Amino acid sequence: MTAGAVALEGVTKRYAGQVVVDNMSIAIAPGEFFTLLGPSGSGKTTTLSMIAGFTVPDAGVVRLGGADMTHAAPRDRALGMVFQNYAIFPHLNVFENVAFPLRARNAPAAMVNPRVAEALAMVRLSGMEKRHARQLSGGQQQRVALARAIAAQPGIVLMDEPLGALDKNLRYHMQTEIKDIQRRLGMTVIFVTHDQEEAMNMSDRIAIMDGGRLVQVGPPREVYERPNSAFAGRFLGEANMIAGVAEGAMLRTPDGVSFTAANARKGPSLLFVRPEKLVLKRDPAPPAPGENSITGVVCRSAFLGNVIRTELLLASSEVLTIDAGNGAGASLLAPGTPATATWAAAESRLLEA
Amino acid sequence: MPLSARLTWLLLAPALAVLLLVFVLPLGWFLVSSLLELGTWPEITEQVAEVLGSRAMRQSLLATAEIGLATTLLVLLIGYPLAYGMLKAGRGGFRAIIACVLLPYFTSVIVRTYAWMVLLGRTGVINQILQELGITSLPLQLMYNRTAVVVGMTYVLLPYMVLTLFGAMRGVDPRLLQAAAGMGASGPRIFLRVFLPLTLHGVFAGVLLVFILAIGFFITPALMGAPEDMMAGMLIERQVELANNWPVAAIMSIILLVVTLSIYALYSRFADLRKAIVA
Repeated sequence: MTAGAVALEGVTKRYAGQVVVDNMSIAIAPGEFFTLLGPSGSGKTTTLSMIAGFTVPDAGVVRLGGADMTHAAPRDRALGMVFQNYAIFPHLNVFENVAFPLRARNAPAAMVNPRVAEALAMVRLSGMEKRHARQLSGGQQQRVALARAIAAQPGIVLMDEPLGALDKNLRYHMQTEIKDIQRRLGMTVIFVTHDQEEAMNMSDRIAIMDGGRLVQVGPPREVYERPNSAFAGRFLGEANMIAGVAEGAMLRTPDGVSFTAANARKGPSLLFVRPEKLVLKRDPAPPAPGENSITGVVCRSAFLGNVIRTELLLASSEVLTIDAGNGAGASLLAPGTPATATWAAAESRLLEA
Repeated sequence: MPLSARLTWLLLAPALAVLLLVFVLPLGWFLVSSLLELGTWPEITEQVAEVLGSRAMRQSLLATAEIGLATTLLVLLIGYPLAYGMLKAGRGGFRAIIACVLLPYFTSVIVRTYAWMVLLGRTGVINQILQELGITSLPLQLMYNRTAVVVGMTYVLLPYMVLTLFGAMRGVDPRLLQAAAGMGASGPRIFLRVFLPLTLHGVFAGVLLVFILAIGFFITPALMGAPEDMMAGMLIERQVELANNWPVAAIMSIILLVVTLSIYALYSRFADLRKAIVA
């Protein structure tokens, strides 16, 4: 038996014959910030709901702190929760909203005031105790929801797309704050999102989900740089994929071009490489040892603020995306310009086609 | 999309015309002509003071208030669980409850009141069953008392309460209840601290609506009540039909109307409050 904070063992959930979560197993360590990342319908919210106890799995075991809690009612699980719509009680003021989980678990009256004050200070809402939900901005409601989730000091907090309704700047700011609070309190957080940047900014580990299955689990950088599948590669950012047939660490395209990758495969494969790993050169030079290189024609070049993104049309009619920093000397290339993209073989991986 | 002021009035016009024609005009005519019979202002005010001070009027207003309150309370106690049942029931259950609540609603009050008389009469169904089972030897006096009036009125007024409460309950975001459960709240706590407070505006609205309707009741108390236990409506009718004293009937009507409109003013304040809470 694993004594981790949260463990799923072969958990499966079906709705009307449709498998929504398929034989899922994960073990989450105490104090870990763990993110379930996937498109809508990938089963991430259902997974969270089974951990919370709102949904009972058809098969498998849900463990909290090692104990089998598969069939325990939500109220017996002692989890903190932040809901997608915040679920702020409209008839209660900020203080009573944050005090709700404490009162619900019959905390002694002398404990309620200091705990609420502490939680509100943590989310920087001190002094707002008497406000009502409808007097709060979206960001403030989010903070109330967060304060309420941590007021009872649960070891584990579940968050279901808590930042989805906020605008981009505020979202980034709240990501940092949530991460900061999580570190300070040493909480285990299970976070659901479909925003890959959010996932990478906050998580110790990311679990990419698709069609009710775990696609890949790992630290953000590992999953980003070494995806185990085309889905994981494409979901966690921009990705170039060149089709061909692999033999060892070598991929040969139908046009007869060869590339070297960091891993070995056999049979039809995709060569994966991130756009920022590629370097674009106007004058074709033979590739250095340990480098891949391919020539094409620029079909689009755009200034995206922090990067210049160039699309290179290959002879195979595949398009490579190259992201270059916008530092001094960086310039857009006119469409039609012939150019060569090069990258280190170690930066590319062979994936199942 | 908010309608323009002109279109709003255009849409309201038919209803206002009907209201004017069948309510405001006859009532105004009745009040004015009745009061003119009395003559001058001093004579009118003297008569008003006399009616207000009369034993019959005071007793009747007290009976009206008591019966109205008892009925409203009973309707609320039956209506709240019923509306909650409608909310929680599946498709079939919902239809069954709504049919039970609404079918009588579409039946005439007189028919429904006679139905109660068939049940409660000396040789009625309930007395027969009680005697057959040997629980009672002599027929019980179930009719012509205040209890019978309250029971009959409760039955008639139940749909107003149930529909008002159901509307309020359906407005409660179920995710709030789920959130409360996730925070460790027990079933009773979720009900008392979340569900009930969020439906309280519906309770106020339903209570005021039913009370307003109850104090104007005539048929049910006239058919099922004790003759000496008169509600305001019966007293007014008696002044017109038996005493042929139209001025007194007019004064009593004004008093009842003022009371009703005052409560209605309260009701509309809660109706506004509902928007403030739920929005």
